[in-house]
Amino acid sequence: MKLFLNAVGLRGPGLDGWEASALILAGKVPYLAAPTAIPPATLLPPNERRRAPQTVRLALAVGAEAFASARLAPADCAAVFASSGGDGETIHDILATLAGPLRELSPTRFHNSVHNVAAGYWSIATGAKTPATSLCAHDGSFVGGLLEAGAQALAAEGMVALIAYDLPYPEPLASVRHIGAAFGVALLLSAVSSTQSLARLEIELCAPDSYACTRPELEDLRRNIPAARVLPLLEALARGEEAAVELDYFDDLALAVRVTPL
Amino acid sequence: MKPLLISGLSLVSALGDGLEATRLALHKGHSALAPCGFEKLPINAWAGEVHGLDTALPSAFSTFDCRNNRLAERALVADGFEQEVARAIAKYGAHRVGLFTGTSTSGILTTERAYQAGALPDGFAYAETHNTYALGRFLRARLGLTGPGFTLSTACAATAKLFAVAARMMAAGLCDAAVIGGADSFCGTTLFGFHALGVMAAGPCRPFDEARTGISIGEAAGFALLERAPETPAPEALLLLGTGESSDAYHMSSPDPEGNGAATAMRQALADAGLAPEAIDYINLHGTATLVGDAAEDKAVSGLFGPGTPRSSAKGFTGHTLGAAGMVGAAVAALAIRHGFLPGSPHTNRLDAGFAPGHLLTGRPAEIHHVMCNAFGFGGVNCSFILGSAAP
Repeated sequence: MKLFLNAVGLRGPGLDGWEASALILAGKVPYLAAPTAIPPATLLPPNERRRAPQTVRLALAVGAEAFASARLAPADCAAVFASSGGDGETIHDILATLAGPLRELSPTRFHNSVHNVAAGYWSIATGAKTPATSLCAHDGSFVGGLLEAGAQALAAEGMVALIAYDLPYPEPLASVRHIGAAFGVALLLSAVSSTQSLARLEIELCAPDSYACTRPELEDLRRNIPAARVLPLLEALARGEEAAVELDYFDDLALAVRVTPL
Repeated sequence: MKPLLISGLSLVSALGDGLEATRLALHKGHSALAPCGFEKLPINAWAGEVHGLDTALPSAFSTFDCRNNRLAERALVADGFEQEVARAIAKYGAHRVGLFTGTSTSGILTTERAYQAGALPDGFAYAETHNTYALGRFLRARLGLTGPGFTLSTACAATAKLFAVAARMMAAGLCDAAVIGGADSFCGTTLFGFHALGVMAAGPCRPFDEARTGISIGEAAGFALLERAPETPAPEALLLLGTGESSDAYHMSSPDPEGNGAATAMRQALADAGLAPEAIDYINLHGTATLVGDAAEDKAVSGLFGPGTPRSSAKGFTGHTLGAAGMVGAAVAALAIRHGFLPGSPHTNRLDAGFAPGHLLTGRPAEIHHVMCNAFGFGGVNCSFILGSAAP
């Protein structure tokens, strides 16, 4: 698949937005660990903002950043959401309620428990009546999302937003599913280049080889957060040099990406 | 789109295992709904339970053992589906067969029971049971597939969207064939969740009835194998002809009452198939029997097709099988085309006076070439797809 990358949104520990993070990823500014700062979901009307779980806030924040930097309207674009789980806080709350004596769920909690909760709030927030989808491939969710967004971009010849995000679970689920920190990334992809295009991506499935981020701190994120498996691609983009990187997918399958910054 | 050949198809629901059991029930108008014995709910909810899910998965797959994966396993055996996959692997190679699954519940029932027991047990298999991808992970191991894949989870439109996913993935050259489908099974989250929303019926669901009060939940699993169609497919071949997707951008759990998003998805599916509305012989409706949902869909369908095109929902037969509803729709469409009949809608006694006369309350024979299937879900997600026969 040949695609063009047109904008990036990024939120992770010590990574506050693409502009600041690109300097860190390029090695021009030192990486300083800090909790992930998730801005309020200003895209949503106030009553929806209160009901929106953290997952939604993270997804909306990176999506909004990417569209703002490309000066594009989200309402015109299809969106693919990829996450290794749903909203952990919501799911834990439902599980705890169902285990209690009074098995009465909150209707809002219930509709927030679906995997496509971020996709739903995104379309309401942006007014996008375009297709929105939501998918999971456990640790390989980012690559799963990239394949789906790429295939959509090729089929429709329009801009497609890929928004991948993960947040840690609360206990006890955290003890059986470790996610290092909250991390979200948005990529705007298209089949044809535009004046905004940042890079050309040539993508193909390949046998896995061991590939690591250049910086140990970033490698730590990549290993511990499924959505952070995007980092090799973003490092290449930030450095501004053509590079062949590999993104982890399954144990027996990976994604080779040739990144040509434009 | 270029039509794709549906070379394998299976369904397990409360109607029985396999397409033949499904056909018999549809023909006779036999509903599988019964009072829900799975969980004690505050109302007399009815449900479409798949029985006999007490047997654990074979020991080689024991880490995947949970109700949802057991149900998926049943649908691999039904209709010789796993043999069709083996044939596709031999033809294309295991790495060239994509695996795109869909579910809304995954195996969360296992986690619910662990919370109720007070703690997650040692060795709790999160990735193999609870995680949304647990279904895809199980099937990848079980079928020996090594190609691309993921589990799509857009609530009640999850498996319907997979028809569009498979078409795009094959067009992009990422695979030569695709196994699509999934399973949705009972759990407290959905049973108590839909009750909390106030959209669960007491008694059986009555799609498009003037007295409808909400849904009955059902369980189902189903799969389809998609390949590129030959230049001149055999007349009996079943084809995927078009898909359409949209978002309501209206509300998380309530559909746009005007049905605009639903109409967009149906229009796009027609355009994708290169068909006019008149070419559709039957519409398998989403029709979950909620007050607002049925009204919105009737409006959207009648606006696009007029009042007369025959239409019905399968929910009165199987219950609302949530993420698996797309596979129930595909199976009903395939049977209607192959066996020449229009299914009715058990439990729908008196059509809402405001609705179009095209709604079928009882089944009847008819020659059918093209069927539109609808599936809509939380988050305002809409999907329509069209199946057709290759016969002229």
